[in-house]
Amino acid sequence: MKITIYGPGCKNCVNLADNAKKAVAETGVEAEIVKVEDMKEIAVAGIMSTPAIGIDGEVKIKGRVATVDEIKELIV
Amino acid sequence: MFTVFERFADLVAFNLFGLEAGTRLGESVHFFFYDTTKIIFLLSIMIFFISIVRSYFPPEKTKKLLSNYRKITGHVMASLLGVVTPFCSCSSVPIFIGFVESGIPLGITFSFLITSPIVNEVALVMLYTIFGWKIGTLYLASGILVGIIGGIVIEALGMEKQVEEYVYQISAGESEIEELDWSDRIDFAKAEVKEIVGRVWKYVIIGIGIGAAIHGYAPAELLAEYAGANNPLSVIAAVIVGIPLYANAVGTIPIVEALMGKGVALGTALSFMMATTALSLPAMVILRKVIKPKLITVFVTVVGVSIIGVGYMFNFIM
Repeated sequence: MKITIYGPGCKNCVNLADNAKKAVAETGVEAEIVKVEDMKEIAVAGIMSTPAIGIDGEVKIKGRVATVDEIKELIV
Repeated sequence: MFTVFERFADLVAFNLFGLEAGTRLGESVHFFFYDTTKIIFLLSIMIFFISIVRSYFPPEKTKKLLSNYRKITGHVMASLLGVVTPFCSCSSVPIFIGFVESGIPLGITFSFLITSPIVNEVALVMLYTIFGWKIGTLYLASGILVGIIGGIVIEALGMEKQVEEYVYQISAGESEIEELDWSDRIDFAKAEVKEIVGRVWKYVIIGIGIGAAIHGYAPAELLAEYAGANNPLSVIAAVIVGIPLYANAVGTIPIVEALMGKGVALGTALSFMMATTALSLPAMVILRKVIKPKLITVFVTVVGVSIIGVGYMFNFIM
């Protein structure tokens, strides 16, 4: 599974990436976490408010920091 | 309603620190504790309710709404939506690309991008609590006006070639708009309160600290002479000084209030606040990714001149 964190590297994006790491560790799901920091790529994904999180290329939650529990629900 | 904060400030300044009421130091310390506790409390409550409203206007929805309007109506709608759409300067590039790519005219996109940071919820809350609803509303209305005028001028100048070419080549995906229920909106609002208050409290305290010092010690005659309504250059100077001061946008409000108490004119003060929020070096660096230097110059000039105009208007009518 591929978890993508979209965001230009602001504090919220870092928090979101940390939450994703926690969710992966707590569920034991095998997943790779990738960061997309390029504005162009973020826009191409149809995201207008960062940070956002995508699972296997599909954008799931955007414009806020998803909680560890929310991410767990997405990946299990 | 605020007697509890008054009591707390009395307790800290006069009992705990043993300062005397009526002395400069005593009043400054009292003012500091009264204002910081009151403002942080009000900020938390107001951001909560504003965030509930904002949860109804994600940028994707704003984009859809805006693509239905053209010309003046488009600029007015863009500027109004700029007030309610949640926005942080780090999202300005994806928003810009999304708008332009979906066919929204450049000038209308700018109306949105100009108003959005000027009428920021934290600044608005502080203006309403510190200055009252009249000045708060004046600021809100003039922020919207600056966005409308700025966007119309940029549209009229035909700057489409000054956008980086790649922006027009992108075809942005449609991503779904999340359906939210009431508990989602409340969670969103709580998270916003935590995030925003967590980010701005230091600036509030620093700003009020400096404001308190000005209350007690700044020479009123001097300020009134240089920054009062009678000095025609004060508005321009205030805007130029305000541009590099981005990080302290929240902190500037208590300072400005204290300065006004010493005779600085209202229009000069409002221009200064707008310049700190609308025109900032970091925001320009971010915008440079999608627009060329010439359009950045036009943007700064148009917004700067509009803000100066608003400043003179207020100095004239008040």
